[in-house]
Amino acid sequence: MQMDNMVPSIPKRIGAIKFGLISPREVRKMSVTSIITADTYDDDGYPIDMGLMDLRLGVIDPGLKCKSCGSRAGECPGHFGHIELVAPVIHVGFNKILRKILRSVCCKCSSLLLEEGKKRDFLEQLSRQKDMGHLPDDVINNVFKEARKSKTCPYCNEEQLDIKFEKPSEYIENGHKLTPTEIRDRFENISDDDIRVMGMNPDTARPEWMILTVLPVPPVTVRPSITLESGQRSEDDLTHKLVDIIRINQRFQENRDAGAPQLIIEDLWELLQYHLTTYFDNEVSGVPPARHRSGRPLKTLTQRLKGKEGRFRGSLSGKRVNFSARTVVSPDPNLSINEVGVPISIAQHMTIPVRVISKNLDLMREYVRRGREVHPGANYVIRDDERRIKVTDINKEELLEKLEPGWTIERQLQDGDIVLFNRQPSLHKMSIMAHRIKVLPNKTFKLNPAVCPPYNADFDGDEMNMHVLQTEESRAEASILMQVQENILSPRFGGPIIGGIHDHISGLFLLTRTQNFISKNDALELLRKSELRELPEPRGHLEDGEPYWDGKQIFSQILPKGLYVEFPAQVCFKCDTCKKGDCEYDAYVVIEDGELIKGTIDEQAIGAFKGRVLDKVVKEFGTTAGAQFVDDFTRLAIRGVMHTGLSFGISDEDIPLEAKEGIAIRLQDAENEVSELVQAYENKELEALPGRTLAETIEMRIMQTLGKARDDTGGMADQSLGLENSAVIMARSGARGSILNLTQMAACVGQQAVRGERIRRGYADRTLPHFDKGDLGADAHGFVKASYKSGLNPTEYFFHAIGGREGLVDTAVRTSQSGYLQRRLVNALQDLEVQYDGSVRETRGVIVQFKYGEDGIDSTKSDYSKPEAIHRVVRSVTGKEVV
Amino acid sequence: MSKFSLLDHELIPHHEIMDEDDLKTVLTHYNVEREQLPKIKVTDPIALELGAEPGNVVKVIRKSQTAGEALYYRYVIE
Ligand SMILES: [Mg+2]
Ligand SMILES: [Zn+2]
Ligand SMILES: [Zn+2]
Ligand SMILES: [Zn+2]
Repeated sequence: MQMDNMVPSIPKRIGAIKFGLISPREVRKMSVTSIITADTYDDDGYPIDMGLMDLRLGVIDPGLKCKSCGSRAGECPGHFGHIELVAPVIHVGFNKILRKILRSVCCKCSSLLLEEGKKRDFLEQLSRQKDMGHLPDDVINNVFKEARKSKTCPYCNEEQLDIKFEKPSEYIENGHKLTPTEIRDRFENISDDDIRVMGMNPDTARPEWMILTVLPVPPVTVRPSITLESGQRSEDDLTHKLVDIIRINQRFQENRDAGAPQLIIEDLWELLQYHLTTYFDNEVSGVPPARHRSGRPLKTLTQRLKGKEGRFRGSLSGKRVNFSARTVVSPDPNLSINEVGVPISIAQHMTIPVRVISKNLDLMREYVRRGREVHPGANYVIRDDERRIKVTDINKEELLEKLEPGWTIERQLQDGDIVLFNRQPSLHKMSIMAHRIKVLPNKTFKLNPAVCPPYNADFDGDEMNMHVLQTEESRAEASILMQVQENILSPRFGGPIIGGIHDHISGLFLLTRTQNFISKNDALELLRKSELRELPEPRGHLEDGEPYWDGKQIFSQILPKGLYVEFPAQVCFKCDTCKKGDCEYDAYVVIEDGELIKGTIDEQAIGAFKGRVLDKVVKEFGTTAGAQFVDDFTRLAIRGVMHTGLSFGISDEDIPLEAKEGIAIRLQDAENEVSELVQAYENKELEALPGRTLAETIEMRIMQTLGKARDDTGGMADQSLGLENSAVIMARSGARGSILNLTQMAACVGQQAVRGERIRRGYADRTLPHFDKGDLGADAHGFVKASYKSGLNPTEYFFHAIGGREGLVDTAVRTSQSGYLQRRLVNALQDLEVQYDGSVRETRGVIVQFKYGEDGIDSTKSDYSKPEAIHRVVRSVTGKEVV
Repeated sequence: MSKFSLLDHELIPHHEIMDEDDLKTVLTHYNVEREQLPKIKVTDPIALELGAEPGNVVKVIRKSQTAGEALYYRYVIE
């Protein structure tokens, strides 16, 4: 090996990065060869010397050696070459600054068009900005702005002419087009001091370097050619473009040497400018993009960097990873919240490396013996010389024999392995949590529906990602910090973000409210999946002597001993004075020593975001008890809801005839009220509300009247449906839906609004031709009298569609706006860190907040800043209430 | 025209210039140099009113939703 030429692999610390312009000298210095011929390969397919594939530029074909560094393909980093341009050409990327400089320097003596004093002043401002760590952009812009104002040169008194810029890169002075050579000459004469005033460092960035005289040719590793299946070579877009440049460059040279007329020379110059422009950026406005033979625009340098799939956003900020899997998710309430069901086909493809030691040799042999086909087996073994060998039926026996400590095997996933589970968009830390896997049949990831809220997942086709951790340290860290049970409480509000949803809530609601006679068999069936060994004393005995239990007792079995909580349930009617434990609606929950004494379990007790009982269990008994509780109540709830049954159909929206008539009368009344209001308005008898015009007043009054009417009909429908109705059960317990949804289904859909106002747009003075001009009535402006059940009439349907569309537009706009807002916030705050002393600092150690949250409290560890826990300790010791 | 004191306004928290001893305690407590504190400009109206000079540290006692009162220290810069 040729060590002397190889890039040393010793890590080095980067001291500084300096940005500047590359000078022609530097280009030539770093170049390994000048490129003079547009041909790439000779007839034998061997790279031509001084062509674009010259072997000194690096190698990509296996078997060849680089002529510059002697390494093979893959090791050689590639080396730059260069093309000597026959005539200077403008670099498109610098047009903006080029224009500014051109207008700020004298056309004759090239001095910056500012008085000496002003120059000094600006230089001072620049150094001050630099000292303060501020960007010099504003000062530099002022320099150019000031200089441009001078009509004559203060040094040679030459009159300055306006320079017009024309896309893409033409500079016209007094009707004469400046050639790149002329511009370059002017720039060459600018003094170093003047360059400094313009904010540039003359040592690293002379303005004339913005006009190219020599073009660097990127190494072949940057623009590898690919061999198609047909054996034909296909070159990279950049190579194509470079071929064009070399061709035109040659033609230019030939023509000039032959003394061709000025017109032809100019044409060729322009053509050379075009090819260089599109080589740098193929999407410059005013320049037709260079195309491939097939008509596809070429992807040149700028296109490689720009945009979502560009080098920055696509390759550097965002990357693809190994050891990950993605599939559809579906629910499985029998899994623990800490678990995730993984399809066996995924488990067999994904592996965890395990080091073979003397202690696990037999186990590792067993994995290898099982191979890839029998789960859990091993897919690869890695010998101590780091060679990876695929386990196959053919080499299995041989591998088994050779397997020894020091080797590593890549074993398939099996139950209990820790993985990371994620659903996009990953908006908060609970979007990626660690789960233990459970290998299951079928092809979807399974998860306990209680973990849907933090991921914001549902099962309408959502897909999620799984990442398999490859080291012991990462698995330890993930299970301590990221496991689901460690994230039950959200740091956002200090309450549970994981908890019961939908059927969990209906199930426990039904169980603890209505189930009062549960036989032994049923009780055992309900508690079957929990770790329970014994049933409590029965509540009583039936006439035939059979013991029975009630739902509250059954629920109490999964509560930890020593749990004390009380709070009003979701179903609480918010009476003026709460009778607490004596609430006649059984809506006040009292739990003493892990026993549900009073009240109904609903969203307020176990729901995600609310869950007072869950909150208490996690904060007082720890995360493991919390996870156990969630696991238990999800299983109990599902069995509970299956025990009673809960169904909902169109007939559940049926309301009795009297109620229907009542609703119709109430709506008629409202319409009459509205016409009275309109009457009063038209007779100018209406009194304007303070600060409102009459027209605004009538609108508000009508909206009020109709809103009230809708709510009243809702109340009537709700009343007649009764508490036994499954829709009412779901709405009241917080399982799903609201009373408003019910109102709209059974009684009256109500007013449709656009921007919070009644619908007014449409034809002149009316919404639809079905109504009279100037009609202010309820139905003419989008009041939907019908219910979803009874069906909407055509005008109602139309208004409903208008209102519904606004909702859709709203959500679409809101999500994109809040997404961007979040992105900006995250970018601004991502490097802040809470230190061990409780202060919040950024990376330089500058303090941002002296105490995290000003009180230094971790919300997940605090009981909503209430000293209730300590009060209870005092109470239990002294037997007295703390005041 | 009568003069108003900014500090009398209820939306402006209490500001005071720290003496060197207190400052030393604070800096050792947080193990920082003055430059690592949040900054306030001398031209800030409240700094003008206090007559603070670059290099001073201003102590701010803010009302806090979470802690009742929260202390901040700001290094006066040009
Ligand atoms: Mg979905
Ligand atoms: Zn090389
Ligand atoms: Zn001049
Ligand atoms: Zn009540």
